[in-house]
Amino acid sequence: MEWEVVIGLETHTQLQTNTKIFSGASIKYGAEPNTQACEVSIALPGVLPVLNKEAVQCAIKFGLAINAEIAPRSVFARKNYFYPDLPKGYQISQYELPVVGKGAITIQVPAVGKNPAYEKVINITRAHLEEDAGKSVHGGFDLEKLDEAKWDEPVTKGNFTGIDLNRAGTPLLEIVTEPDMRSAAETVAYAKKLHELVQWIGICDGNMQEGSFRCDVNVSVRPKGTGKLGTRREIKNLNSFKFMTQAIEYETRWQIEALEDGGTIQQATVLFNPDTGETRAMRSKEEANDYRYFPDPDLLPLEVTEADKAAVRANMPELPEAMKARFEAEYGLSSYDASALTTSRDLATYFVATVNSGAEAKQSANWVMGNISAKLNAEDRTIAASPVSATQLAQLLKRIADNTISNNAAKQVFEVLWSREIDVDEVIEKLGLKQVSDSGAIEAMIDEVLAANPAMIEEFKAGKEKAFNALVGQAMKASKGKANPAQVNEVLKRKLSAS
Amino acid sequence: MINSSLKQLGEMLQAKKISSVELTQSFLSRIQQYNPDINAYIALDEAKTLTQAKAADALIASGDTTPLTGIPIAQKDIFCAKGWKTTCGSKMLANFIAPYDAHVITQFDAAGAVNLGKTNMDEFAMGSSNETSYFGGVKNPWDFKRVPGGSSGGSAAAVAARLCAAATGTDTGGSIRQPASLCGFTGLKPTYGVVSRYGMIAFASSLDQAGPMAKSAEDCALMMNVMAGFDERDSTSLQREKEDYTRDLHKPLQGLKIGLPKEFFAEGLDANVGKVIEGAIAEYKKLGAEIVDISLPNTGLSIPVYYVLAPAEASSNLSRYDGVRYGHRAESYTDLMDMYCKSRAEGFGAEVKRRILIGTYVLSAGYYDAYYLKAQQIRRLIAQDFVEAFKQCDVIMGPAAPSTAFKAGEKVDDPVAMYLQDIYTISTNLAGLPGMSVPAGFSTGSDGKVLPVGLQIIGNYFDEARMLNVAHQYQQVTDWHAQIPNLGKPNLVLPEELK
Repeated sequence: MEWEVVIGLETHTQLQTNTKIFSGASIKYGAEPNTQACEVSIALPGVLPVLNKEAVQCAIKFGLAINAEIAPRSVFARKNYFYPDLPKGYQISQYELPVVGKGAITIQVPAVGKNPAYEKVINITRAHLEEDAGKSVHGGFDLEKLDEAKWDEPVTKGNFTGIDLNRAGTPLLEIVTEPDMRSAAETVAYAKKLHELVQWIGICDGNMQEGSFRCDVNVSVRPKGTGKLGTRREIKNLNSFKFMTQAIEYETRWQIEALEDGGTIQQATVLFNPDTGETRAMRSKEEANDYRYFPDPDLLPLEVTEADKAAVRANMPELPEAMKARFEAEYGLSSYDASALTTSRDLATYFVATVNSGAEAKQSANWVMGNISAKLNAEDRTIAASPVSATQLAQLLKRIADNTISNNAAKQVFEVLWSREIDVDEVIEKLGLKQVSDSGAIEAMIDEVLAANPAMIEEFKAGKEKAFNALVGQAMKASKGKANPAQVNEVLKRKLSAS
Repeated sequence: MINSSLKQLGEMLQAKKISSVELTQSFLSRIQQYNPDINAYIALDEAKTLTQAKAADALIASGDTTPLTGIPIAQKDIFCAKGWKTTCGSKMLANFIAPYDAHVITQFDAAGAVNLGKTNMDEFAMGSSNETSYFGGVKNPWDFKRVPGGSSGGSAAAVAARLCAAATGTDTGGSIRQPASLCGFTGLKPTYGVVSRYGMIAFASSLDQAGPMAKSAEDCALMMNVMAGFDERDSTSLQREKEDYTRDLHKPLQGLKIGLPKEFFAEGLDANVGKVIEGAIAEYKKLGAEIVDISLPNTGLSIPVYYVLAPAEASSNLSRYDGVRYGHRAESYTDLMDMYCKSRAEGFGAEVKRRILIGTYVLSAGYYDAYYLKAQQIRRLIAQDFVEAFKQCDVIMGPAAPSTAFKAGEKVDDPVAMYLQDIYTISTNLAGLPGMSVPAGFSTGSDGKVLPVGLQIIGNYFDEARMLNVAHQYQQVTDWHAQIPNLGKPNLVLPEELK
């Protein structure tokens, strides 16, 4: 039997606000435990939540970016459960009425082997605002800082759990898709596209290591051609695209094998173990909590007016699709190039800055996607951290355009620029790469070459094209590579036809 | 002096006929004398209180005063006050020292008032007799065998016994008005949203509202001037112009339309209490008021609706008391679940547990629609009853409680009988309307004891100034509010006409 995997994603994106979603505490990552836990974060008796308008603006921004319905009225609910890092005993989230409704994201699934690349629309079910929980730290932390006198039993690394509430109340936008994906490749393509989009519109820093972008993947399988969905298992908290692929592939195989062995799938939450590459059930549905959702009486319904939307829209950056179309029209780039340059806002910004600094568009595109991207990938850097700035690159490309240096020489200059902070022209000077474009000098040099190679001239005259190239090579060699090849070509042609 | 109005005390202080320290000390010594019997206060801190009194005297000396500068006010132990033990009447918070001030506390501090101490209350404000307090019951100053009502029983007894100049209370279903009726003083529950709930320990967030408990309507108006006002830290706080609640006190009542809901004078009302209310209505007629017969047809549903909604919110609000960060934690436990269970089992009293169980039940999957959602629908019907009623009248009057103060222990084992104490007050909380209780006379209890009876005045939204006017005018022609208990000695003799 042929199986089909059906995948849906729930992504928690941490919003780039200054403060927490319901209090004025900072959300900066990496602070000392509990130094960013105000009275609301700790859930002291009597404290109340106040909604952070910045978080709402982020949600509206996302809704606009995916052409979603934005609810004129949405409601915050309490999701009740006990956990030590959930200080109120409930999480404030949106349940029945989310702020962002149905929308869609178009993904580009790359070619794999013989299968060509293709586009696909992934439908977004909803996106809702909620608060993050704190962190439980099970042992392994700095015991020196604990006041042991306070504890009856001796404190050891093993028997101690610490609670850090710095993260408690951090604003999240949970983005939920329809079960529209049919492979790990599609899922990763969607996750990457979403990852880029939330950074593009400036609502999330996308830092997966710090947990700013966390994906829960719902996987089920069914015989191909059937309509009914299989029972799903949810893989929790995947924090890299590599793990996502591994986890989906393992989970899919596991489910198919289980069914082929005559078993059934139990709905469950599973964890992916990066060390073994396996998924393992954490809790089954029978153990699931009854969260007793109800509207939070401490918060009024969230109202979003047309004016609110217009205000956010006015501050929206140009979206990738629009920018791609513009690159094609304005710069004459191919659809492929325009698409590649708009995979990230930083990359697009870098490209535009290069062009705006006077470099030619197509050449800029080639360099950004070629030499620059190769270097960045090799060193695992982002374009924002490129040692060669857009203005430097533009200067370099201008020197190719004005025939100061050859393309090959430019690559050498680029290598130097990458490793040192130095001016383009200074590098060209120091490496002695400046092209000879003085026609008098070139003519004299070619005369010398012709005089030294009469045999080649004969061959050329006998119709051997290769001989011409050999003569060009000799001329370039004589100029130590500095002669402008186009000029050499031209002069050589003229002299040969005259002789 | 202990009987002086807030206005008189303010004038004496500002004229420097008495210092705040002297005034405060006289209340403190009275507390020392009577509180061991009455048990109105949970926490007293002479040093802190006198420091504030000294600061108030300095303000008076510099001329920088408000009408309440230097006046000792008792605070219900539901308000967090920085550095003060704040217990909410519970073992769960028996050792909790609040690290921040509630909005109400901040307002009194800013007015230069003196915090005299924290008053006893039913545990987490759940009760109508103050008998659920972990710190023991409170005696009704009119008869030590009887309860003061609840949940603001400590504040009630303190005002009635003149153990403070005035006090604060909170009212979720009648917790200001029922004790005001049972102890014979003036108490006001404002429109929901008029006084910030920030720092007021939550029982049922959509119903809780703080208000003044004082010797007269005029005193309540002065207290309201301090307590009311928008606070951005409470999302349900209403953004309105600051108002002077004394502004209408002296308006004549000619032409005032008083609605008498037939449901408030039906079965369940003690006949003697009914007589007192009729006497009060007769007095209003003399003042020029017109009487309109009205109906609030859904009054009978208010108790069942309340005992679905209030416990639902409470079950969630009280989840934060888990022994993890503050409050009571069990001495020994085997694991996390055991710690939760033991800490909460030990920390909460029976009534609180009962309500957490009811609330958890009505929010559970499968019951939510039948209970919580249905109750919300009926809540809207109850509010609509009042909208209709206020088309026919300016204020609504009736009893505040169905009987006079009952004996301690009488209803402890019969929660439903206890819940019926709030039959006339609960519907205004459900509708969010303001209500007050004003001393209207005395009635003889079953054992011949003479006990106070309160007249309830219900106003339309934000009509507090008019209600205070209606009460003040009554207090100009009657002296029920000026009667004081003899604290353990035989009380006043009932006037002939009421025998």
